[in-house]
Amino acid sequence: MIANMVQALNHALDLTMKQDENVVLLGEDVGVDGGVFRVSDGLIQKYGQARVIDTPLAESGIVGAAIGMAVYGLRPVAEIQFMGFVYPAFNQIVSHLSRMRNRSRGRFQLPVVLRMPYGAGVRALELHSESTEALFCHIPGLKVVVPSNPYDAKGLLIAAIRTDDPVIFLEPKRLYRAGRQEIPEEDYAIPLGSAKIVREGERLTIICWGAMVAQVQKAAERVEDDGIFPEIIDMRTVSPLDHETIIQSVKNTGRAIVVHEAPKTCGLGAEIAALINERALLSLEAPVLRITGQDIIVPLPKREDYYYPTPERIVRGIKKTMEF
Amino acid sequence: MTVSIDNYDPLKGDMFQIVNEKGEVRTDLEPSLSEEDLREIFRFMVTTRVADTKALKLQRQGRMGTFAQSLGHEACQIGSAYALAKEDWVVPYFRDLGTYIVLEYPLRQWFLYWMGNEKGGNIPKELNLYTITVPVGSQLPQAVGLGMAINIKKGKAAVLSTFSDGATSEGDFHEAMNFAGVYRTPNVFLCYNNQYAISMPRAKQTASQTLAQKAIAYGFQGILVDGNDVLAVYAATKEALLKAKKGGGPTLIEAYTYRMSNHTTSDDALKYRTEEEVKEWAKRDPVDRFRIYLGKKGLWNDEIEAKIVKEAETFVDKEVQEAEKTPPLSAEELFIHVYADMPLKLKEQLEELKTEVQENGQ
Repeated sequence: MIANMVQALNHALDLTMKQDENVVLLGEDVGVDGGVFRVSDGLIQKYGQARVIDTPLAESGIVGAAIGMAVYGLRPVAEIQFMGFVYPAFNQIVSHLSRMRNRSRGRFQLPVVLRMPYGAGVRALELHSESTEALFCHIPGLKVVVPSNPYDAKGLLIAAIRTDDPVIFLEPKRLYRAGRQEIPEEDYAIPLGSAKIVREGERLTIICWGAMVAQVQKAAERVEDDGIFPEIIDMRTVSPLDHETIIQSVKNTGRAIVVHEAPKTCGLGAEIAALINERALLSLEAPVLRITGQDIIVPLPKREDYYYPTPERIVRGIKKTMEF
Repeated sequence: MTVSIDNYDPLKGDMFQIVNEKGEVRTDLEPSLSEEDLREIFRFMVTTRVADTKALKLQRQGRMGTFAQSLGHEACQIGSAYALAKEDWVVPYFRDLGTYIVLEYPLRQWFLYWMGNEKGGNIPKELNLYTITVPVGSQLPQAVGLGMAINIKKGKAAVLSTFSDGATSEGDFHEAMNFAGVYRTPNVFLCYNNQYAISMPRAKQTASQTLAQKAIAYGFQGILVDGNDVLAVYAATKEALLKAKKGGGPTLIEAYTYRMSNHTTSDDALKYRTEEEVKEWAKRDPVDRFRIYLGKKGLWNDEIEAKIVKEAETFVDKEVQEAEKTPPLSAEELFIHVYADMPLKLKEQLEELKTEVQENGQ
């Protein structure tokens, strides 16, 4: 089937709900409206309002309820309408969702998926463009997943729903309808924690995820004429990170750039640069470069383009690293 | 059962009571409990007080960490827990020793938890008991999630969750009550109104005349109950649980009581309240009141008291010994329950820690 990311995600929800009656959806406008981005479109008609639950406007309540449901044996997939609205639920996520397995010594596991559209680039209102994955990657007990294309979106969401740990599932809303792709009709899962080399290359590794993958790919095409062929790693899961794929690639290429949309300070770029320093320092021909969102509040639409890494900014970074 | 929550209007300040401070009984409201039940309830109350006193001693001797005493809450804890059926779920808060005792949670584990050992959190599989929640009120949306799941799976259970007056100011209280009302979940919210949230008196916590009346705004019933009357707490909780299981929706019970202890062992309540006030409330002691009630029925005298106390002390001492003998978690045990399968980074950190431990000879 040909699908954009919204359709691929919808298909993943549909397949998992069909296969396992313990899978339930909840969130604001996820039922009758099918979600504000239509990711759950049509599912309430198929599975009923007992399993596709329109909730009151209450993020902490949504996550808290999902936790209680999971303790009872359900596998809730909760939607937070925008990543910038997750903060009221932070206590539930950090104090309970991530810890219940440990606190109960394994008695209660929480197979909860929190889906959230994230990221800039869609000309949205304040707090609709955030990319704060690092906040979640810092918390032991959570897994954090970010797909970059429809095929991965479907396979990763299916894997996330079947994982016995809580997963923060970040959907790059800029890519929701950005492109269509042939994806299998059937059920398939992409294991969490495994990165993918989306383009093999030499002399430089670029590490990225989510909406930045397409930006990096564009930049890579533009430097071909300069004889530069970077290897591109799409992390797909940003917690836990696939250390082996990163280190192996950097050992082969000798240079690394991390590109992320989130602000630079304490972003995952810092974590990945430190990891490379710890394990591949002697392979490096140049410092690990971070090309990231600015350490500023994400601007409103008129100046949004100054915020996140563009292919132009990435090309400049590539040249700087190659010329070091 | 003849409580009929309907007959008590929180907006009029009606309070459901069966045994008053003088031990006088409203026989028309007495729950149908056998003599054996009454003895059992008393035994649980005494055991709770003995364990609570023992824990305070251990804390003062440095053998236990900071903990929240239950003194004065025995009627709330035991009355409500005794009303539970085996299939019901309990979502307690951090001041619920009596609840654990009624559920026959291994007491050694209760001590272990407050001694700072995670092994205390290992809830036996046969108990539908939730973990202890530290952030105030944050267990309430989860309790409602359990209720929603029971509805979805067409289960037969109800969910009892406890908290105190301070928790009613938290946003999570509002979100939980609202969800419970909207989805008509089988939840019983039991608020121990013990008059203080650390130093903050009840009057400053909310301008509502009662806490029970808050239920009205969420579209379900609230009832104010004398929280020092174990029979009243039992009867109200029992009715609310049965109602929940029949699809009658949630209930908020405000159990009007008093925190006779400090907030925790790290607190000094005389900084914000007077000894006179504490003495006044001591006259309404829930265990004393039940003694009078049992005495009138010929179920209590000094001899019975001495026997029960002795049994409780023997039991508690044995559990404390077991807790103190229990080693802390191994390095491995610290790591195994973070994720279902240990990620590589944790495996590496664990190996490093094990080497460190071995080198340090610990």
